[in-house]
This record gives sequence, C-alpha cells and structure tokens, in this order.
Amino acid sequence: MDFSIIITNFWSLALDGIVVGAIYALVSLGYTLVYGVLRLINFAHSEIFMIGTMVVYFVVGLFGFTGYEDPLPLYKFIGLFLLFAVAAAAVSGLCAVILEFVAYRRLRNMGASRLSSLISAIGASFFLVEVFRKISDSKNLDFPRLINKDPFFTWGTLYLSADKILVIVGATIIFIILNAIIHKTKLGLGIRAVSQDERTSILMGVNVNKIISYTFLLGGVLAGVGSAFYMVFYETTKANVGFLVGISAFTAAVLGGIGNVKGALYGSFALGLIQQYTAAVLGYNWRDVVTFVILVFVLLVKPTGLFGEALQKARV
Amino acid sequence: MSKISASTFNPRDRFGDWWDGTNQLQRSIFRVVLIGFFYALPLLNNPIIDTPETSFTSVLFYPLIMFSLMAVGLNVVVGKSGILDLGYVAFFAIGAYTHALLSLHTGLNFWEIIPFAMGFAMLAGVILGLPALRLRGDYLAIITLGFGEIVRIVAINVDAIGGAAGITDIPGPTSFFGIEFTVMDPRPYYWLTLTLLLLVVWGVIRLSHRKPGRAWEAIREDEDVAEFMGVATLKYKLWAFIIGGAVGGLAGAVYASQIRSIQPELFTLNLSIMILACVVFGGMGNIWGVIVGAVLLGYIPEKLRFLSDYRIIFFGLLMVVMMNIRPNGLVPRKKREHVREKQK
Repeated sequence: MDFSIIITNFWSLALDGIVVGAIYALVSLGYTLVYGVLRLINFAHSEIFMIGTMVVYFVVGLFGFTGYEDPLPLYKFIGLFLLFAVAAAAVSGLCAVILEFVAYRRLRNMGASRLSSLISAIGASFFLVEVFRKISDSKNLDFPRLINKDPFFTWGTLYLSADKILVIVGATIIFIILNAIIHKTKLGLGIRAVSQDERTSILMGVNVNKIISYTFLLGGVLAGVGSAFYMVFYETTKANVGFLVGISAFTAAVLGGIGNVKGALYGSFALGLIQQYTAAVLGYNWRDVVTFVILVFVLLVKPTGLFGEALQKARV
Repeated sequence: MSKISASTFNPRDRFGDWWDGTNQLQRSIFRVVLIGFFYALPLLNNPIIDTPETSFTSVLFYPLIMFSLMAVGLNVVVGKSGILDLGYVAFFAIGAYTHALLSLHTGLNFWEIIPFAMGFAMLAGVILGLPALRLRGDYLAIITLGFGEIVRIVAINVDAIGGAAGITDIPGPTSFFGIEFTVMDPRPYYWLTLTLLLLVVWGVIRLSHRKPGRAWEAIREDEDVAEFMGVATLKYKLWAFIIGGAVGGLAGAVYASQIRSIQPELFTLNLSIMILACVVFGGMGNIWGVIVGAVLLGYIPEKLRFLSDYRIIFFGLLMVVMMNIRPNGLVPRKKREHVREKQK
C-alpha cells in the first residue's frame, strides 16, 4: 500500500471524486425519492440507469461517429449532449413509470408483502439486464470521444478538462431544478406529503398512485441524465453496468440517510471521494469491496445515515 | 373446505386430502415407490424425458438435483422465515472452494471435507447474518446481494486461491462401498446428491414441525408480533440463515467434486437469482413445491434448448409474473386457516 499517491495526487483525485459523486447523486436521488413514497428500495433502478446509457449510445450511433474524428467544437458538442441527455431522460423516465406499473402497482393494490414487491422488482431487474445483454451481445459498447478531454488548466497535479466541468456544472443545474420541483411545485408537495404519511395524504385528496408514478418518472429522468454524464465521462457501457453504479448510488443514499434528498447529495460526493482515494491506494479492483464494507458499516452503526431520514417523520 | 379449494386450485391440498385418507402401509409403499423412481431415473432410457445436446444423466446432476438441493436450502431462509437472501451463491462458492482447497492442500478426502465445507458456510452465515439480520428486509436483501458479489470479487483478486483462473484438478470423492466416482459418469454423483437431498428434506421437515419451524413461520408473517410473543427473532433468523448456508456449502462441495475445476465465474449473481426463481416459482415455504419448481426450472431450459440462452430473461419475467398472479407459487404451502377449517 502506497499512501504517498494520495498526497501527490490529492487534488486530481478530489476532482474525480466530485465528478463521480455527481453521477452517483443523480442515480441515488432515484432510490431516495422512491424510498420516500413507497418505503421500498427500487431494485430495478440500476437498470433504469443502464437503459439510459444504452439510449445515449444508440442516439450517438445514429450520427455515425466512428471515434476517430477530431473532437467536436464546444457548441456542437453541447447541442449533441442536450439531445442525447433529453432522449436518455425521456426513455429512462418512461421505463421507470412502466416498471412501477408492472412490478409494483398491482402488488401494492393487493396489499402484498414487502417480500413480494422485492422479488418482483428483482425479477424485473434481471429481465432488463438479460434483454440488453442479448441486444448488445454481451459486448462492451464503446462510446466515441466527442469532446476534447485534454486539460485546459493545470495546477500541480490538478487537471481541469471540459468533460469534468460539464458534469459538475450540469449536475449542479439539475440539483437546483430538482430542489425547486420538490419545494416549490404542487407535485413536490404531493411527494413530500406521501413520504410523510400516505394515509393522511389520501384523506387530504392526494392521488397517491399518481404521485408514485410521477416519483418514478422523476427518479428515472434523473437516472437518465446521470447516464448521459456517465457516458461522457467513462465512454463505455455494458448490460450490467447498472449493478456497480447502482450499488454505489444506493450506498451513497444510505450514507446520507435514505429518503433524504440532501443526504443523497452529500452521501454521493462523500462516497465518490472515498472511492477515488481507496482505489488509488488499494487498487481499482478493491473499490467495490470498499463500497460494500462502507454500506454494511453505515447500516450497522447508523442505519438512518449521516443526515437522517428527513422526508418522513418516522420510520414505518 | 370445498369453497377454498374451488377459489384457487392448489395441488398440495388435493394431494393432502388424499394423503390424510391413507393408512400407514399405503404411505410407506408410496414413499418407497417414489424414492425408488428417483433413484432409478438415470437408468431409464426414455426418449420423452431425454434432453437434446447434453446427456440426460448429466442434466440430472446439474442442474436438476443440484438446483433442488440448493432450493431446499434457500427455502429455509426465504420461504420459511421470509428473509430475502440474494447472495445464496456465496455459500455454494464457499463450499466449492473449501472442497477444492482442502482436498488439494491437505490429505483429507471428500467425505472428511463435507463437515468442513458445511462448517465454513455456517461460519460465513454467522459472520454475515449476525450484523445483517438485525436490519429490515430490503436492507438485508441488498447486503446479501453485495455479499454474494464480494465473495466472487475476492475469489478473483486473491491469487492464493487461484485468482480468476480458479482451481483445477480437484480430486473427486473416494469410492464408497464399491461405487466409483469417475469424471465420465455423473450417475454416482446424482445418487449421492439425491441421498443428501433426502436427508436434508427429512431434517428440514422435522425442524419445521417443531419449535424452530413455528418460530420461522411467526417471523415470516409478522416479525414485530413474533417478537412481542416472545420469539427470539434474531436467534431463529440466524439459525435459518445458518442452516440454509450449510446446505449451500454442502451443495458446493459436491459440485466441486464433480466438475473437478472451479472458477469464480461459476458463482455469479445469476445463480442466486435462478435458485430464488425456483423457490418463488415452486411455492415459497413448501418444500415439495420448491423441489417441483427446481426440477421444472432446471429441466425446461435443457429440454427446450432454444430457451436456454434466454433462461435468465425467462426466470426474471417469471418472478414478476408469479408475484403478480400467484404470489404463493405453483404449489403453495399449507395454510393454517385451512387446517382449522377442515377440523370443523
């Protein structure tokens, strides 16, 4: 183990941690929002993210990039990015709504046990992974390099490049919009009401089924946007890409306190940083083991996470 | 009674009614014939049940009897106690690696290693279960999911236990009363596993008729109420987890001894999900239903080869559909209310 690597690369690892954390945050918000309204972990959420990456790959493929062209000029790239991010968000959101309808709604209306909902969500998750494994022929789908990733600003070991700036700025804008949706709109009010007390919100005239559908939609859209950033940053996807991203995002949500939107953000950035530093010291292969150990540790020591379960009052 | 069976057709109830009307002799004959049939299965050469491409006898060993053994083990955890364990493959892997490493590095033979394989799997069950079983169901599910993957990632990254290439040249079992265990012939392994399966089934049935079984059922129906009624929930959940783990470890050791070389890639999440699908499809909590589920889900993809490439798609879909239309599975467990109804 070589700890000096942390010292020499401190700032570049921190920057990567923040970029990765921003992507995790977009995915973990989906876990947290759905957990808030349903009190269930949406096991198939990682597949919603995976579908987003596939849509991005497909849309970019339509333009016929081979990966050997010169990088696009910035305005063209941003236009293309908006196009595939919106496409990914739309498809992911739609898939999340369909998922809720197929795997959760009937069971919920039957009053089935939590175990039944979990099993049906896991079944849906495996179904989606395998369908895309067949479509992609189990290959890694490589994404063409669309943007110049050479650092335009260097300070010590800190290299700022356009893709990292894009992720950080883009994610920040999304978080601001999300905050406004949750706190300023009627939909956000509904989500918060159902999170706090489902039965009372029915009495207050909230259409719970509709709110739950919209919550899945919101989570799916966020995961879709996250998948667009993911593709720009990592430039590859495969059918089971969702598993590790999903586990990390879920760990981040638990770390910050599941059901708590702010917690998911802070948890994601914390986890992103922890992952980068531990991967630098222990090697990339152990990164996910560390993530898992963090998850177990947080669940054992402080299951409500660092910031508590804030969307609802009490755990049911 | 008639009303209940009319509303949902339950093969278990029909069979149960017939079974209640039989006497001791009829029951013994039925048991002997059934068990004899399963022991004779590899000797039958029947084109209707034969599978294309792979020989039927090897299909009988893996997946049929192996899935059945693992499904019976997982059923104690998921079906009886309602604990969703998504990392069951970890116990299977631990059993397989225990057999591989001990048989290569110590002089122990297969029969002496079996207790170690089960013991290490049980130990893993305690290490994982003691912290994880305090948590609620969905957290527990994700922790076990992670555990299953972590065991595999560790096996890939630790070169002392073979790394990604795995372990080859694992010795098979030594001959047992004149029965030789060779690489070519899967039949002795089938008979061995069938015997182990019968022992495990017998053990699990004895347990579920006694205090642990009642405790598991109470925990599954409502954990909080069970706790209030004085059931030591953590203790019984841990026991369910350990027993399930031991069966998984046993299955893993037998599996490693038959295929002779193991790689971490044999122990993926997909296997956990397939076993879970067997349990869910057959009928959570009912040991016979689970075996029926394992046999059907193991057999159908082998018989219809065009399905086998799509088996996980099919299994995933099956889990969603089963939960939506028949949450208690193909052959549901006996309901307590039903028993009461019949006594009136």
